[in-house]
Amino acid sequence: MRYISNTAAQQREMLATIGAGSIEDLLSRIPTKARLSHPLNVSAAMAEADLVRHLRRLSSRNANADDFACFLGAGSYDHTVPSPINHLISRGEFFTAYTPYQPEASQGTLRSIFEYQTMMAELTGMDVANASLYDGASSLAEAVLMAHAVTERNTTVLSKGVNPLYRQVVETYVEGPGLRLRSAALGDGATDLDALRKVVNAQTAAVVIQYPNFFGCLEDVKAVGEIAHAAGALLVVAADPVNLALLTPPGALGADIVVGEGQGLGVPMTFGGPNLGVFAVKQELVRRMPGRLVGATVDLDGQRGFVLTLQTREQHIRREKATSNICTNVALCALMATIHVAIMGKVGLRKVGELSTAKAHYAAEAFAKIPGVKLKFSAPFFKEFALALPKSPERVVKRLLKDRILAGVPLKAFDRAYKDCLLVAVTEKRTREEIDAYATALAAAVA
Amino acid sequence: MANVPADLRYTKEHEWAKLEGDKARIGITAFAQEQLGDVVFVELPKMGTKVTAMKTFGVVESVKAVSDLYAPLSGEVVEINAELPKKPEVVNADPYGQGWMIVVKLADAKEWDSLMSAADYEKLVAAAGH
Amino acid sequence: MHTAKPAYDKLIFELSRPGRHAYSLPESDVPVSDPAQLLPEAHLREKPAELPEVSEVDVIRHYSRLSQMNYGVDTHFYPLGSCTMKYNPKINEDMARLPGFARLHPLTPEASAQGALQLMYELAQDLAEISGMDHVSLQPAAGAQGELAGVLMIRAYHLSRGERRTKVLIPDSAHGTNPASTALAGFSVVELKSEPNGDVDLQDLEQHLGDDVAAFMITQPNTLGLFESKIHQITEMCHAKGVQVYMDGANFNAILGITRPGDLGFDVCHFNLHKTFTTPHGGGGPGAGPVGIKAHLAPFLPTPVVIREDEAYALDWSRPQSIGKLQAFWGNFGMLVRAWTYIRTMGPDGLRAVSDNAVLNANYILKRLEDHYDRSAPGPCMHECVLSARRQKKLGVSATDIAKRLLDLGFYAPSTYFPLIVEEALMIEPTETESKETLDEFCDAMIQIAREAQENPHLIHEAPVTTPVRRLDQTGAARQPRLKWTPPPDRA
Repeated sequence: MRYISNTAAQQREMLATIGAGSIEDLLSRIPTKARLSHPLNVSAAMAEADLVRHLRRLSSRNANADDFACFLGAGSYDHTVPSPINHLISRGEFFTAYTPYQPEASQGTLRSIFEYQTMMAELTGMDVANASLYDGASSLAEAVLMAHAVTERNTTVLSKGVNPLYRQVVETYVEGPGLRLRSAALGDGATDLDALRKVVNAQTAAVVIQYPNFFGCLEDVKAVGEIAHAAGALLVVAADPVNLALLTPPGALGADIVVGEGQGLGVPMTFGGPNLGVFAVKQELVRRMPGRLVGATVDLDGQRGFVLTLQTREQHIRREKATSNICTNVALCALMATIHVAIMGKVGLRKVGELSTAKAHYAAEAFAKIPGVKLKFSAPFFKEFALALPKSPERVVKRLLKDRILAGVPLKAFDRAYKDCLLVAVTEKRTREEIDAYATALAAAVA
Repeated sequence: MANVPADLRYTKEHEWAKLEGDKARIGITAFAQEQLGDVVFVELPKMGTKVTAMKTFGVVESVKAVSDLYAPLSGEVVEINAELPKKPEVVNADPYGQGWMIVVKLADAKEWDSLMSAADYEKLVAAAGH
Repeated sequence: MHTAKPAYDKLIFELSRPGRHAYSLPESDVPVSDPAQLLPEAHLREKPAELPEVSEVDVIRHYSRLSQMNYGVDTHFYPLGSCTMKYNPKINEDMARLPGFARLHPLTPEASAQGALQLMYELAQDLAEISGMDHVSLQPAAGAQGELAGVLMIRAYHLSRGERRTKVLIPDSAHGTNPASTALAGFSVVELKSEPNGDVDLQDLEQHLGDDVAAFMITQPNTLGLFESKIHQITEMCHAKGVQVYMDGANFNAILGITRPGDLGFDVCHFNLHKTFTTPHGGGGPGAGPVGIKAHLAPFLPTPVVIREDEAYALDWSRPQSIGKLQAFWGNFGMLVRAWTYIRTMGPDGLRAVSDNAVLNANYILKRLEDHYDRSAPGPCMHECVLSARRQKKLGVSATDIAKRLLDLGFYAPSTYFPLIVEEALMIEPTETESKETLDEFCDAMIQIAREAQENPHLIHEAPVTTPVRRLDQTGAARQPRLKWTPPPDRA
């Protein structure tokens, strides 16, 4: 057993020291009737070569983005993952380290998280970002709970432009505290401000919008913020940080809390997890934030050092009065994002946004030329758009798989009102050739 | 040698109260600040807040612990110590003086009589194995 | 004054030079590339985000140097109690990176994601078998989310029977996530006193059980590393009052192939894949916290559930009584691949050997140290032992001091001050992947420290001196939080 070092002889030596005859003697507290009488019924152990062969086979049954042109979005994106990231995060000192509770032995992790916090604050335009939460959806849920605690109001208004999967997670999280959720309708792709005004009132803790929203459309964050603040509610914006090197950050548009999915910053899609929950706030809300925070300080010699700070907010001290129950963050994914942002940098990350939106617009124009195919919404969009198709989107998707194209996300499962729609995402990785091939295949599929 | 001023009264949650006419000045005791360690943050109620005897009115945080603050007496908050947000360390350095937290206009002067005397509080602290 | 100064003290922003770059992106191949021509001006950033401008060499050197300031399991013995810092197999890493897994979008049509769905289905089955539960949800992103899911399912179960129970009982020895998750699920927490050895106080439990209690949550073995031997009686007492019993699976490494929560009467348990099942800690995450349940809770499982119909695998969304979703997609798939690989690497005998050796190693340490540190309880421990530095505290040396001195002696420290019911607690979990030689070196170091506490406590109070930084001012960090880098005035 290659992960267990002790030989039978060593086991005997250790038992002798302990004064026990066998390991069984050490299990004496376990009642006999609790003991398993037979080995676990799991598959027999596999040698490494057999395991690799088996898993390669399983892996090959999946239509992955190396073999297919990936136009799927809706919260997970095929953005560039520069080569240095995997090499660096595979260093054992990073990925086999624990949470940095002993800061003297964890300065590597602490410093990289401090950098991550800085980068996320800068991208979102906010004062402080935490060390990450699990994913964009649960970050949003935490933001809703936080808004409730801060304002002491019990209703949150979510725009219908918020990812429906995110909304489901928020619904699950507000179940226990018994908070209410209300919706604000869309008008042609973006939140209808009149509809919003009607539903926001003195019981509203927060107004939540997504920017760009689930359908790829750009929201008028400033106007929504004004409606929220006029009623004494907080503005919570869910945003993809990849886009924020090019788009005006929500912090500059009145957001009180910004959450989002950071997967596009160098975290492999990996069938939906692990992800990277971004969470950033204005200065005055810092002590109400969930999650870990790394702060700068000095050591006994006056040397710069970094520590986990404001820990009394967290579960291991505050217990049932904690700001959240969260314990782990997603440190390794945050490290991927930190390295990604360092590599892309001031110029490169903006370029990612430019290329993504340029190609998305090229694709939208090409597809909308196909007879019967229309852009569903006329609101400005960024790197994603919804197409209204004359034939079943599910069938179109199935057809295009044969051309090695992952065409998009059919929207019927999210909302029957959009059963003729397909959500298409275009990142900087999609070539003109791929887009043209898609257009050709799509034309054939809907003819 | 416990630091328990005789002219103050106390709660079993380690707050002190000082009667000032129809008002009371409130803070935490020397024992409390010692147990907490370095105070890093104090969360106090806003002016005008109504507090109720033995219900929480705020929070005091150190690096490793956080404690609720319990009001010794009921009433309305008429003063809060503006120094504390900037210099929470004052609670450690001078818990009975500059480390005061709030002043409450008393709703019921008779509540004063139910508070622990300095002698009784001293016994409580001694029993806590200090 | 010590001599080891940090050789490297930079942040990536401090390496930044205007005009340097590390990125490589192709030129635009579409006609219109200027965002100003495609998007309304109001949506475009006025000033570029202040992000680093560094070369690839800068990036590699900087993060490599940072990594050298960490202790990891790959380099150091990491006896953190309750964290199960066992070796992270490298084959797991290779398998998680297979393109069919790593490069797979979650919304890929199910017919084209059969390999991923099959892996999830099989892992859920394996975990169900290992725990003796009927169903397992792989969705929770970490143990705390697993707890939340479990408690929400219990809540839904009681409500479905027309019962509104408002309390959850939790022992004072519990991990902080237990009461936090319970409060998040809308329950009020009632703390029960444990016996000094961490056992459940049956009288206290009996007094508190009633029809307003939804659940009793315990860790098994308990947080002092001891198996709660009255467990059948406890689960029976609870069930007699309609109370569901939840097992915090943090200590699963002690019982693989030995006993199972499902056989002990538990209704719900969660797993920490980043503990027992070797997925790496990553500096604080990501983890994965699957939750196992008995059949009566199945209607409430989070959606979607991975099912098998004939030979095909699918995501089942038609679960009208489900508690909902905990994260956007289906679970931390990357960690699930690693856990699946580990279980298949070990097989039934390997998994049993894991717990046997984990228990042996912990008892060996306990025996070697029991004359120098106070035990927290009599009798053999399971996979971890809790010592008290009570004796040393009388000499002015605290558990924190001991932890810091261990860093100088080349070990990561054990957990300190947990569980709360043990004074100056030192919780030591060696795991099964450590050799006797390593355990002996660790015990020698601990004994040395005990001696130093008597003869030369100054050494311990000064520790650590060999790490990149010495003890840090936590108070200052909390009083004046500086949570991001800002350019020095001359570079602003």
